[in-house]
Amino acid sequence: MWNLVFLQLLLEERGGEVVNLGACVPDDLILAECRKHRPDALVVSTVNGHGHLDGLRLIEKIRSDAELADVRVVIGGKLGIRGSENARFGAELVAAGFDAAFEAEAGLAEFDNFLGTLEEGSVRELAVTGTGV
Amino acid sequence: MNSVMSSAVPAAPAAAAQSPVVPARGRFSRFVRRSHEQGRLVVQPRMGFADTAAMRRGLEAVRAVHGASVGTVTVDSYTRVNDHDSARRALERGDDLNGYPVVAHGMEETGRLLRGVAGEDFPVQFRHGSALPRDLFSALARVGADATEGGPVSYCLPYSRVPLPQATAAWAECCRVLADQEGTVHLESFGGCMLGQLCPPSLLIALSILEGMFFREHGLRSISVSYAQQTSPEQDLEALAALRRLAAELLGDVDWHVVLYTYMGVFPRTPLGAYRMLEDSVRLAVRSGTERLIVKTAVEAYRIPTIEENVDALEFAAAVAVDERSQAPAGQPVPRTGIYEEALALITSTLSFGDDVGSALVGAFARGHLDVPYCLHQDNANRSRAAIDPAGTLRWSDPGAMPVTASGGYGRGPVTARSLLDMLGYNERRFDSEVLVGAAMRGLL
Repeated sequence: MWNLVFLQLLLEERGGEVVNLGACVPDDLILAECRKHRPDALVVSTVNGHGHLDGLRLIEKIRSDAELADVRVVIGGKLGIRGSENARFGAELVAAGFDAAFEAEAGLAEFDNFLGTLEEGSVRELAVTGTGV
Repeated sequence: MNSVMSSAVPAAPAAAAQSPVVPARGRFSRFVRRSHEQGRLVVQPRMGFADTAAMRRGLEAVRAVHGASVGTVTVDSYTRVNDHDSARRALERGDDLNGYPVVAHGMEETGRLLRGVAGEDFPVQFRHGSALPRDLFSALARVGADATEGGPVSYCLPYSRVPLPQATAAWAECCRVLADQEGTVHLESFGGCMLGQLCPPSLLIALSILEGMFFREHGLRSISVSYAQQTSPEQDLEALAALRRLAAELLGDVDWHVVLYTYMGVFPRTPLGAYRMLEDSVRLAVRSGTERLIVKTAVEAYRIPTIEENVDALEFAAAVAVDERSQAPAGQPVPRTGIYEEALALITSTLSFGDDVGSALVGAFARGHLDVPYCLHQDNANRSRAAIDPAGTLRWSDPGAMPVTASGGYGRGPVTARSLLDMLGYNERRFDSEVLVGAAMRGLL
């Protein structure tokens, strides 16, 4: 359930402060918002099956930006249009620079674990964003 | 507590379902009207492939379905946001796209896709999701598309960052592009599907009718209004009766029909659950006198379906429609809990915000008189909240500034991640539970 309203509630209930950037966010806006807010983590939701394409483009830009090279970035949702075969896209996305990639509903439990690994008290601000339709 | 459907107002018979009076115009509408008069429900997939040959095979397979079917070309997400370069790059590299990139493929290629398969007995609709569809509509007009869909609100608020006034201006211009064609292009409002779930029926109906009025204002003469299956068959039946009545009253001077969508929210994960959900939507369509149904498939929860999975869903839907028609007694009672009155109040109050439908929509959203629950777009107030009551009825738990009343005390508490997840998964649980619980119990016996 990589629904942006749900993700915001989940992160807030875990003590996070959330800047929700909404749907269809252009890469440059994501970068600008990250420079402005300096979040502890950027959470990207993708549900249209283009995550493997848009995610690669985005992470390349983030990692090549001196200010943002170290920011923690994760992506989750429907990473491709191939159902269970989408799993291979997760490895590609991590290799390209994401700290983690979570496929579909099963990935939500892993995402929850990931949130647990963010050091207690350090979760100050998280940005949530969705890619295209 | 007033959460029970059998309320103070007596039920009305469905036999009085309103019908269009203006002759059908254009291939798309003529096919729908003819099928309806023959007692056949028109079934339609949500199909889109990047590759022209695959898309063509898909159209041919849908055309060959046993049942009254119309074709769909769903456009990819890059084209929806006018990022035609990314679509071209993906085509060159053979990357997966989630639909057919009309503009990137170009006029000639798209014309070839349709030639010899689209026709009087098989009209094709292009489905997209674009808030600014000028490039797309120009291309569609030039290839002679039979129909397309969307709307200034329904393709702006849920899926884009485009300001509503800009989307409304763009859609006015785009409507003109279609209206100026020599042949009739049919335009469907997607207003009955806002965010797929957790938007109460009165607002879905009001938005679909208002978008239909907007289309008419900008020259369209063949229009459909939409509604998406929600969480309660009784409530949905009442909603579809209200939608037909309002279409007859407010769009009566144009050619119109109603299209129902099989549930657009989180879908059952088991094949049996998915088929039961689809079956419910087919029976609802037949009982309500709905002309056209857009189906979902057994794999909807996981991925984009194959051609064969689409064909299976369409043939299943067509067969259930025949079954329902053969057994449904005429005049099944339709509940009357006030959906019509609430939708009419939303439409009337909206129209007071401007001299034309477009400016009225912009003004009503700006003041929160229209407010889609759980919608994050900057031009949506996002103060309203909806909840599913224990009987499965979708209700306003907080209407924000809209001129409607909250129902009872249900769902008044704050929405939490857990409660939202529960509501989003309501239909998934309802339709999957038989399989999943049954399997678990068999293990115990």
